[in-house]
Amino acid sequence: MIELRDVTHRYGERVVLQDLSLRLEERRVAVIGGNGSGKSSFARLLNGLQLPSEGQVLIDGLDTRTEGKAVRRRVGFVFQNPDNQIVFPVVEEDLAFGLKNLRLPRDEIRARVESALARYDLTELREHPAHLLSGGQKQLLALAGVMAMAPAHIVFDEPTTLLDLRNKRRVARAIAELPQNVVMISHDLELLRDFDRVIVLDEGRIVADDRPGPAIDFYERRMA
Amino acid sequence: MILSDYIPGTGLLWRLPPGSKLLALAALGTLLLAVPRLDLAALTFAAVIALYLGSGLGWRVIWRILRPMLVILAVIAGAQWWLFDALSAAMVALRLAALLLFASLVTLTTRASDMIAAFERALFWLRPLGVNPAKVSLALSLALRFIPVLGAITAEVREAQRARGLERSVIATAVPVIVRLLKMADDIADAIEARGYDPAPQSPRPTGDTRP
Repeated sequence: MIELRDVTHRYGERVVLQDLSLRLEERRVAVIGGNGSGKSSFARLLNGLQLPSEGQVLIDGLDTRTEGKAVRRRVGFVFQNPDNQIVFPVVEEDLAFGLKNLRLPRDEIRARVESALARYDLTELREHPAHLLSGGQKQLLALAGVMAMAPAHIVFDEPTTLLDLRNKRRVARAIAELPQNVVMISHDLELLRDFDRVIVLDEGRIVADDRPGPAIDFYERRMA
Repeated sequence: MILSDYIPGTGLLWRLPPGSKLLALAALGTLLLAVPRLDLAALTFAAVIALYLGSGLGWRVIWRILRPMLVILAVIAGAQWWLFDALSAAMVALRLAALLLFASLVTLTTRASDMIAAFERALFWLRPLGVNPAKVSLALSLALRFIPVLGAITAEVREAQRARGLERSVIATAVPVIVRLLKMADDIADAIEARGYDPAPQSPRPTGDTRP
């Protein structure tokens, strides 16, 4: 479970998240909001990429402030632009990167890489240069790299923003099949219709927190 | 030497440890420079060609590697001929071509990650000087990964500036490229951190939180 206790976050003088207290227990939670509403900062607090200026963020009871390394093992993060997430020049080398960081035995790394390649239709591209993949393939590789690390939760920061319709659907299908708890930051409202809960942020505050239908309707009225 | 030129394969050269291939390259370079003889240079050149053909890499790959170097080889050989004689020119050209082909053979048959791991092991002696070999090896792999991205960003920005009629302005291209690279560097650092990167010496078993 993800829990935020009285979280406020600032960049210098500017307050981007204000006094948030939340418990995220559902399997699929989405966070939506306009530009500058604090969505990305919210996402980055969840795996300790940023620490709150005030308050606590707890992941399965682990405080991001004091147990950052353990938190990052439990929370995978998929960024908006996969080009900035793929670190190694060749597909399977990149998949192995996170697993080596976990200090796993070589056999287990190999097994997990094989499994991730097969799951995301990347087996034939295993020795392909990463920079030559299509946008959708890159996002699937980024997701596969995170999935191979077997986190308990995965945070997505606008994963379909840069994709065309076909790749967007492909990535959306892959996300829908994930067994993990998912927290999704997105502008793609269609993607969120099947979620369990949608939180609407505005100027760093929660202005709606409901099932997708009412929350999205509220958001659309507010943005009109 | 382009580390990302790897061609997948299963032959003997692919199975050799990267360290042994790098050592062989260093030894061959030393031998050819220490013993400046035409017969040795010719024999080495022929042997390297035989390694290519024996590994199934073929003439097309050899041509792809040699073609961009032909002008430089011709200039160096011409200078040698002018300064010394034709035999000396042939020796220098064959020696350089053999070394270039052998260096490429190493990179063609070695994955970037294996090469980087070999560098990391070879740099262990830097640790007492405060240099972390794991960081050096990550920097190498990042350089390999992002050279094509850098090219793509520069091309995008140049195209955008051309559309605005600013194709002659170096600043109009350089500033957006630098801004995007700095932003990208921040994002990459975050991504590396999010994937649990820890440059501390590797221990054999997982540590820390082991809950499912």
